[in-house]
Amino acid sequence: MSHFRADIRQRAEELVALYPRKRSAMLPLLHLAQEHDGYLSDDGIAEVAQLTGTTPADVRGTASFYDMFHLEPVGTYVVGVCTNIACLLAGGEELLEHAGATLGCAVGATSSDGLFTLEETECLADCNLAPCVQVNHRYVRTTTPETFDAMVEDLRAGRLDHDVPSHGTLIRVKRQGGLRVSKDDIAAERAAALAARTARAEAAAAAAAIAGEDK
Amino acid sequence: MATLDAPLIVSSRRDYADSFTLSRYLETGGYEGLRKALSMFPEDVAAEVDKASLLGRGGAGFPAGRKWSMLRRSAISYLVVNGDESEPATFKDHYLVERDPHQLVEGVIIAAYALQVSQVFIFLRGEFALGLERVQQALNDAYAHGALGQKIFGSDFSIDVVVHPGAGAYICGEETSLLEALEGKRGFPRIKPPFFPAVTGLYGEPTVVNNVETMSNLPWIITNGGAAFAALGAGRSTGTRLFALAGNVKNPGVYELEMVKNTFRDIIFDPALGGGLAEGRSLKAFIPGGVSAPWFGPDQLDTPLGQDEVGGLGSMLGSGSIVVMDDASCVVRATWRITKFFSRESCGQCTPCREGSGWIERAMYRLEHGGGRMEDLDLLLDLCDNIAPGLSWPPQQTTICVLGPSIPSSVHSALSMFRDDFVAHVNHGGCPHD
Repeated sequence: MSHFRADIRQRAEELVALYPRKRSAMLPLLHLAQEHDGYLSDDGIAEVAQLTGTTPADVRGTASFYDMFHLEPVGTYVVGVCTNIACLLAGGEELLEHAGATLGCAVGATSSDGLFTLEETECLADCNLAPCVQVNHRYVRTTTPETFDAMVEDLRAGRLDHDVPSHGTLIRVKRQGGLRVSKDDIAAERAAALAARTARAEAAAAAAAIAGEDK
Repeated sequence: MATLDAPLIVSSRRDYADSFTLSRYLETGGYEGLRKALSMFPEDVAAEVDKASLLGRGGAGFPAGRKWSMLRRSAISYLVVNGDESEPATFKDHYLVERDPHQLVEGVIIAAYALQVSQVFIFLRGEFALGLERVQQALNDAYAHGALGQKIFGSDFSIDVVVHPGAGAYICGEETSLLEALEGKRGFPRIKPPFFPAVTGLYGEPTVVNNVETMSNLPWIITNGGAAFAALGAGRSTGTRLFALAGNVKNPGVYELEMVKNTFRDIIFDPALGGGLAEGRSLKAFIPGGVSAPWFGPDQLDTPLGQDEVGGLGSMLGSGSIVVMDDASCVVRATWRITKFFSRESCGQCTPCREGSGWIERAMYRLEHGGGRMEDLDLLLDLCDNIAPGLSWPPQQTTICVLGPSIPSSVHSALSMFRDDFVAHVNHGGCPHD
């Protein structure tokens, strides 16, 4: 009995099939599990373990290494404000403080209505528009307290549903029509290519030898 | 004045709003490099890249051609693309994956053909949600276009490319850590030797790991020839490079410049580039190549943007990011924030890095926020010396990977250049700027 919805379960199985070893699908599957439950629930972790041929302890131990995975429930919108060097120089600390006041929660906490979780992030690689803000890992590019507050109002009113989908960075990453090349095909193709190149090289060497004798 | 007459190699489509689509890519010469590559022998494609003497664009600057030549012959081998761009203030790969994903995909296929590798993984940091979508869409389009899959463009070469999301860990930019993450584990860097994934990489098989920008150069190199690329720049630094300019400048952004032909003064002050600092402000210091690099002051502004030119002065061009700090910024606060970053991102395997980064961060915190002591200044240097003995450049390594030895750069630089600022913090009982 799958904990995941049918569509998520199907995508999970497709992802596992892309890798030579099942465990390699760990990070993508954890993103999917988070998309399904909003965080990594015990049931989600158990299902990822089953899909990757590992144990729930393995999955939890891996997930806890990575900042993007939440082992506790978080808000509908995870708001990340960067305070690393480029953003620090542009007022990132002040914007983070303002964000806490607007959202009504401390860094690392979730607002009482369950809508927002506030995080202080490391560099998000968008330093030309500092300080950098992401909501559910989408750049919202609100660099001032005023534009930040307007963005929060838009989120509350549902006006950013298209730009800021719910959890899961893979929600719109869909692989189509990708024929996975089988290992046997690859081996046969590489062997044939190598044989052809060897034959070419031998022919070239023989031709050079004959040309040398002619001189 | 800046020298801006070189061709744009990786950012030529920057003015098109639809630069990420297949139709725009095909209209602007897309996939012609791949078609040409497929008409050549794989070793000749590799030879062109060798001729270009393309230095890896990830940070270490290792020649791509030489890295390829080290790939151990094996029935199974892999190509892995490093798009985990997380070095603070570096945002060039972000530009490339979002704005020109087909160029990356074409470069990847060319590299795979040259290496005769049929399975590729493109590892992108998880925070690039849009980048992941754009690269996956480019891959879908490339399959439909016949550039990926079985016997591409009617050749005898088949290839599959999988895009793989990271999940928020700076250390995964270290190539062996990235491979661990790709194997579904915690991103712990692997113990060396073996030093090179080209010998023992993904699943223990030979693996080439190349940066996004390195791959994005390949279509142009194959179309125009390695010699044309090598004709740009000077010395070992050939071609062009993307520079990410950030901090206290009027126009922060990503600029593609010919290597060596421009200086830090050009990129920071030229009106067509950084545009200088805000009115009334002057330059205090700048970081020439990511926060792992030792800092430069105004005296080094005329250093050319080249690998050996910067390396010769005791720093590095690194990840191609330049952070400008003006005279109103607090170098103690900047240093504290950088050490906080390293402390947070240390994977925790090695004692000097795990303990040293936290200890340094706590000392920096009290200097900036009150409670700093005069003896902290010597303590900081002592701690740095324990992580990278001798505080030389390039640093001595006491750890599995280079994250640890990167920690002292900013602390040692700031203390050497601005010791008075540290003393003022101690005397003031916190930051005088607050």
